[in-house]
Amino acid sequence: MAALKRSNKPVFWSLFGAGGMLSALIGPMLILITGIAMPLGMVNSGYERAAAFAQNGFGKLAILLVISLFLFHGVHRMYHCVHDFGIHVGPGLKAAFHGFAALGTLAAGWLLLSIGV
Amino acid sequence: MSKTIQIECLRYHPETDAEPRYQTYEVPFTDDLSVLQGLQYIKDQLDGSLTFRWSCRMAICGSCGQMVNGVPVLGCETFLRDYYPEKVRVEPLNHFPIVRDLAIDQSDFLKKLESVKPYVISKNVPERATFRQTPRQMEDYYQYSKCINCLLCYAACPQYGLNSSFTGPGALALLHRYNADSRDEGKNERMKVVNAEDGVWGCTLVGYCSEVCPKGVDPARAVNQNKIESTKDYFFRFWLK
Amino acid sequence: MRTYTRPMAGWWRRNPFYLWYMLREASCVFITAYALILLWGLARLSQGKPQFEAWLASLASPVSIAFHAIALLLVLYHAWTWFKVMPRTMPFVRIGGWRVPDGFIVAFAFAGSIVLSGALLIAVWRL
Repeated sequence: MAALKRSNKPVFWSLFGAGGMLSALIGPMLILITGIAMPLGMVNSGYERAAAFAQNGFGKLAILLVISLFLFHGVHRMYHCVHDFGIHVGPGLKAAFHGFAALGTLAAGWLLLSIGV
Repeated sequence: MSKTIQIECLRYHPETDAEPRYQTYEVPFTDDLSVLQGLQYIKDQLDGSLTFRWSCRMAICGSCGQMVNGVPVLGCETFLRDYYPEKVRVEPLNHFPIVRDLAIDQSDFLKKLESVKPYVISKNVPERATFRQTPRQMEDYYQYSKCINCLLCYAACPQYGLNSSFTGPGALALLHRYNADSRDEGKNERMKVVNAEDGVWGCTLVGYCSEVCPKGVDPARAVNQNKIESTKDYFFRFWLK
Repeated sequence: MRTYTRPMAGWWRRNPFYLWYMLREASCVFITAYALILLWGLARLSQGKPQFEAWLASLASPVSIAFHAIALLLVLYHAWTWFKVMPRTMPFVRIGGWRVPDGFIVAFAFAGSIVLSGALLIAVWRL
């Protein structure tokens, strides 16, 4: 058999797993709140409240974790979906998908820093 | 007027066929007949050229794996009465090259099996040359030891179908069977197979392998537990060793 | 020995089990899109009140509500399949010498999800 090279999957799989667990635990409720309840005025969604949350240290961490881990979970599965459809996936596509999630993470982090305290 | 059931078989004789075709046979039906018995009737009475593997007739040898209406099953424990009066379609196990009719080429699996070192590796054989093991220690690996190498899990696994370099559910379940056995000390030797892209990382937890396993081995569990092992090995390799 | 290899194209359409698997996998598209909507909202939040309120207003559009409704269903399905599969991703859990059955682990995970989701709802609604 060909020499067995150690895979780097553990890195991406850990992020995928963390995102999957987070989205399984609170994903549906988050979508209900931000996607349906807030826009339809069922819960208080004023700018002041949102800004206060984003300025708070705990709030920043929560927002960063949700955006980042959801992205890493999503892209990892999408990458595998492409493979499942029979399309050849190489390191380029892998880098593109995970790079996208990394960019999203960086953007979220930068925005949270710019919002200040 | 006795009852009959139609059994449609995939036929492929490489010396005459460029690709597979289907042939339907009318088989006398009684409600105790298995799919395997149906095939045996065809071979004995209707068409001696039909080729298929079988042996024990009691779901322990692992020889008679077939696709019945698109689902991987053991022919000897699948009953025609569950399909009657509809036609039953019998094909060779998915994801393996067809050698002849319903017989597939298992040589890839045998290579994978060898690669996982499926035997107890121990440098510390006890004085009396027998090991002691508590029921709890046996519980850790027992279900994985029930594998009969029937290959239904490989026929179920789309990742193996898409990429035959994937070690696959059966071989990985057997790998875990030995890693989890308290008598075994060969875990480090097997980690190379586990950690590879085509080791546990070829699995996306479709889970169909465990669904079709006739022995309750639960290969999906064996593979996915080892994703954690592989991750620990990846991050702590310099620390722990 | 001349063997015949069958093509894999369309494999997932041939068995209901595979169709459910693909549905589970499809949830990832909606999770990614949802994360991007949140990121967009965060960007709007950082720009100021009128921009944030404009973001909220676009979320009230029928297209957005429909998207979120579908996303909700798919992410619920993701959560369901995730928890059901959880025991298989862990070694056997034992308390004393007793092996905790898979069903307990699944129930525990669902309970955790309900508790956390409930806490989140209360925090947003009442606090």
